[in-house]
Amino acid sequence: MNIVVCVKQVPDTATERKLRSDDKTLDRDAADGVVNELDEYAVEEALRLKEAHGGEVTVLTMGPAKATETIRKALAMGADKAVHLSDDALHGSDALSTSYALAETLKKIGFDLVILGSESTDARTGVLAAMLAERLGAPQLTLANKVEVDGSAITIQRVTDYGYDRVEASLPAVVSVVEKINEPRYPSFKGIMAAKKKPVESLAIGDAEISAEQVGLASAWSEVVEFAAAPPRAAGTVVKDEGDGGVKAAEFLASKKFV
Amino acid sequence: MSEILVLVEHADGDVKKVTLELLTLARSLGEPSAVWAGPGYTDAAKARLAEYGAAKIYVASSEEIVDHVVAPKAELLAKLVSDSSPAAVLVAATAEGKEIAGRLAIKTDSGVITDAVGVSEGFVADQSIFGGGVNVRSRVTKGTPIVAVRPNSTAPVAEPGAGAEEKVEIALSDSARAAKVVERVKQERGARPELTEAAIVVSGGRGVGSGENFAIIEKLADSLGAAVGASRAATDAGWYPHQFQVGQTGKTVSPQLYIATGISGAIQHRAGMQTSKTIVVINKDPEAPIFEIADFGVVGDLFQVVPQLTEEIEKRK
Repeated sequence: MNIVVCVKQVPDTATERKLRSDDKTLDRDAADGVVNELDEYAVEEALRLKEAHGGEVTVLTMGPAKATETIRKALAMGADKAVHLSDDALHGSDALSTSYALAETLKKIGFDLVILGSESTDARTGVLAAMLAERLGAPQLTLANKVEVDGSAITIQRVTDYGYDRVEASLPAVVSVVEKINEPRYPSFKGIMAAKKKPVESLAIGDAEISAEQVGLASAWSEVVEFAAAPPRAAGTVVKDEGDGGVKAAEFLASKKFV
Repeated sequence: MSEILVLVEHADGDVKKVTLELLTLARSLGEPSAVWAGPGYTDAAKARLAEYGAAKIYVASSEEIVDHVVAPKAELLAKLVSDSSPAAVLVAATAEGKEIAGRLAIKTDSGVITDAVGVSEGFVADQSIFGGGVNVRSRVTKGTPIVAVRPNSTAPVAEPGAGAEEKVEIALSDSARAAKVVERVKQERGARPELTEAAIVVSGGRGVGSGENFAIIEKLADSLGAAVGASRAATDAGWYPHQFQVGQTGKTVSPQLYIATGISGAIQHRAGMQTSKTIVVINKDPEAPIFEIADFGVVGDLFQVVPQLTEEIEKRK
């Protein structure tokens, strides 16, 4: 089985994340880049499926040169090879352009199964997997907390408001996974050393036959009109419990008409 | 007035509260048309949608729409966008709502904005990003604006609309049938409201100390008709099921009232609740960062404060 796992480099949540004042895009230099946490579950799931069914795991990343760090981490976990889609023309791409660029790349490199995290911790749109399914005409098996493959049949448990749905489809398919579907492995020392020798293919947009008119900030389908640091919340009242903390909290709730 | 499509969220034939919010919001931007997808449409549902201002109600009640994942609903909306050229499409920013919005955006060559907490004239959407640290106003620049709006962004206000019903037949494409739902498993949640939709959420964190102790959090929640949430520390420890995790990698909630008990308030947690309208904190550590965003805080032992609060609420009922 040819599994492609899409991995995104995101700014570390623990550092201050900013938008750039010049073009209102994410300031990637202001924060340390880390692997999007939910994508680590995707890598782990890809590796488990490979271990159970054979095949190959390819990491696909779209991002600037710096995203190589993220690719190495996924390779160190055990992926076999990587494709790094990187081009200045991609800067400022929105979800529609990103899904287009990734879909074109996936068509070029081929896949039986595409796996990704259900959302990124920076943009948090949660739309990319659904968009890839739409663009690729492949079954959408998203928000999975369990994935089973049997030959060309694939079944997932899709997390819903009320519990879960069991969903069936045939490969090729697009899967997104939620947190805690598995326990992502830590790269071993051996894995880290091996990752340095694994092939990473760099593609520019022309290599993947991606149209420059469909990507980048100028082609985005939406725009940031303005942004500002959120004003601090007005300082609230904090009381020390002197045996009546619950009563005081109830009085506050009553003053706000919650009780 | 320009038509605005509102995709109806419903369960067991009941219209969900978020849809009433979206209809209310849509009335401030144009004339709302509700879109009902799937079986379960009743006169009561129709009355409810009209009560909150639906001028039209498109009804596509085929079972097939819900038998496949997301794609059929996107095809239905794309057909309506093509047939009636609405000024915008509003969906609830639930996990599925956002997926529908994403597919619809591609089908209609339109921009999409997710997790809006407000939408104003010109369909300019307000978003709160980076864990609540930055406020953004953005708008769609191509096609029909598609906006996924977070539950609890608007207070639902009734104002009757004509509720003119229009049946819609849709022939699904083969690719929309590619992912088939073969079983629906409902997990017991008691009478509590859904976490992402609830007007009030009571969450417990590391300070709760054990799964058994979550009973006192649940009691407080039940006294307020609230949903129960948990921090990642609590779900990682196995004290509360993972689907109730509020935070960056779990659920995002934006209720009228959020009560955080025994939660220190790391950025990862705040990312999931910072747009809550009123925040109440109960924590024994006065240095806990969550107090920085509290409208009201009690520094104290949650095992003392929470039961007392619950008792006091019951008394006042």
